Amino acid sequence: MLELRGAGFGYSPQNWVFKDLSFSVPPGTVTAVLGPNGSGKTTLVRCAAGMLAVQEGAVRRSETAGYVPQARGSTFAYPALDMVVMGRARHIGVFRSPGSRDRAAALRAMDRVGIAALAGRLFPTLSGGEQQLVLIARAIAGGSRLLVLDEPSTGLDLKNQVRVLQLLRELVRTGMSLLVSTHHPDHALFLADSVVLMGAAGVVTGPAGPLLADAQLSALYGVRVSTLNYDDEGTPRRTVVTPFGADEG
Amino acid sequence: MLREAQPLTTGPPGGRGSRLRQVIGPCLLSGAVLAAVSAVALASGRYSVPLDHVVQILASRIVPFGPGLPAAEENVVLLVRLPRVLLALLVGGALAIGGAALQAVFRNPLVSPEVIGVSSGASFGGALALLLGLGPVALVGGSFGFGLLALGIVFLITSGRGGAHILMVVLGGIVTASFFSALVALVTYLADPFTTLPAIVFWLLGSVSTATWAKVLVALIPIAAGGIVLLALRWRINVLSLGDDDATALGLRPRPLRWAVLTAVALMVAGAVAVSGVISWVGLVIPHLARMWVGPDHRVLLPVSFLLGGAYLIAIDTIARTATAGEIPLGVLTALIGAPVFFVLLRRNRERIWDGA
Repeated sequence: MLELRGAGFGYSPQNWVFKDLSFSVPPGTVTAVLGPNGSGKTTLVRCAAGMLAVQEGAVRRSETAGYVPQARGSTFAYPALDMVVMGRARHIGVFRSPGSRDRAAALRAMDRVGIAALAGRLFPTLSGGEQQLVLIARAIAGGSRLLVLDEPSTGLDLKNQVRVLQLLRELVRTGMSLLVSTHHPDHALFLADSVVLMGAAGVVTGPAGPLLADAQLSALYGVRVSTLNYDDEGTPRRTVVTPFGADEG
Repeated sequence: MLREAQPLTTGPPGGRGSRLRQVIGPCLLSGAVLAAVSAVALASGRYSVPLDHVVQILASRIVPFGPGLPAAEENVVLLVRLPRVLLALLVGGALAIGGAALQAVFRNPLVSPEVIGVSSGASFGGALALLLGLGPVALVGGSFGFGLLALGIVFLITSGRGGAHILMVVLGGIVTASFFSALVALVTYLADPFTTLPAIVFWLLGSVSTATWAKVLVALIPIAAGGIVLLALRWRINVLSLGDDDATALGLRPRPLRWAVLTAVALMVAGAVAVSGVISWVGLVIPHLARMWVGPDHRVLLPVSFLLGGAYLIAIDTIARTATAGEIPLGVLTALIGAPVFFVLLRRNRERIWDGA
């Protein structure tokens, strides 16, 4: 459970990234953060995870959030299992090393994410998608049931995007709470129960259904965006499209 | 760097057996290398002592046994060579483990105590203490204080946006090192050319030739203190090496942790500089080679770096005193060997070094 009440953060007093923002992420639900580049998605996500302190209002977490940063390699080539074991850091004393219980927790987390086979591989040699999954496993290994993910699908190919999204939905089914920032309205449509839209005119929050609509998304991104209902071999589905070139004619 | 670092096992490491393979095995092996190098070093020199006599002399300090050996052999080994070997072990080990820890903190495998200016700061502090004739405590204290100050300056330069870039670290180190080098030059200019100047110059050249048991003790205290802190934090250093962001996300407070590591390194380097002057390259080359062998896990890398650094400096020092009739300064030899090795590393990793990784 995560709750923001009247939260505000700015890098300078006149220039708030967001102000008087309130929303909550109950257990077993996903809240997606959407917005164009530079709108403050990462700042909001970092405030929610406790990496940054809000200057106004309050952020309440029922437990320490597991934060999943964007995958961007690492200087030293640790094996994937060692990376996941580091998720246990908050449970391990300053002068201590992880024990067999920590390793077991890490292996369970990797198993849950479906990457047990990668345990002995060196992190920098993994693909972007695999690295992202290792970082998700690392957050799970910490034992938190509240995950905050910063653009987990950015930079991944289609197959890996689907893999990450399905994993996240699986985690939510087991009762975890997720706050996810993303560049893809489609992913929010697939995952989210509610959304936070960070636009130039301010921040709008609410249930995903009504907010992930043509007018709201078009205003958010400043280009024409349409939602489209289609029939996937009998299953009705909804997707988001940007009609490229439609404005030119 | 990534291509070279290989893990010791490929299967999922879990139980006690893998801990033996991953941590204890490499430590035992490098310990054996160190013991062998030390024994040869104790035996070699102008007055040659057979290896079995060396072992007997050392063992008889613990359990007296066997026929008495010539007193001269015993004196050469125990009073002349043993302090020198121990001093080389402490200095080489301290520089290597310090280099390994700095590389983790700066998240860059090409950082070392000299590159980031700690040695220059420490050499100014030590030279100042010699100039003022303040004695061994001030020598260590001055080396430590100014070594830490130099580290603080580099850290100030490299903190903030884009500061972790290798270019900033190297430039910060150059700025700091040249500043303190100028101060060292000022100290030598002010020193009395008949009394303090020779002492300062020989000290700066880098050598363990004046080793005594007293010097071993002077070096042992700060190096042991810093080393214990680094070894105690060995796993935390792994987490810290992922970067501040990840460390914070994993529930650590990176700033105090980094300062604990930096202070421990400054203490060790200051202890080494105080007794032996500036010996370059050990802190860069040894951790690098150790990482190629055992991988980046600091639970193994730190002890192995210490043991191999000690063995390396003992070997170099033995060459320095036996290769020619005179004695080649240690700092000269380590640079003659270290610079080409660094050159090869730079060539091999050109494309990775400047991308700010």
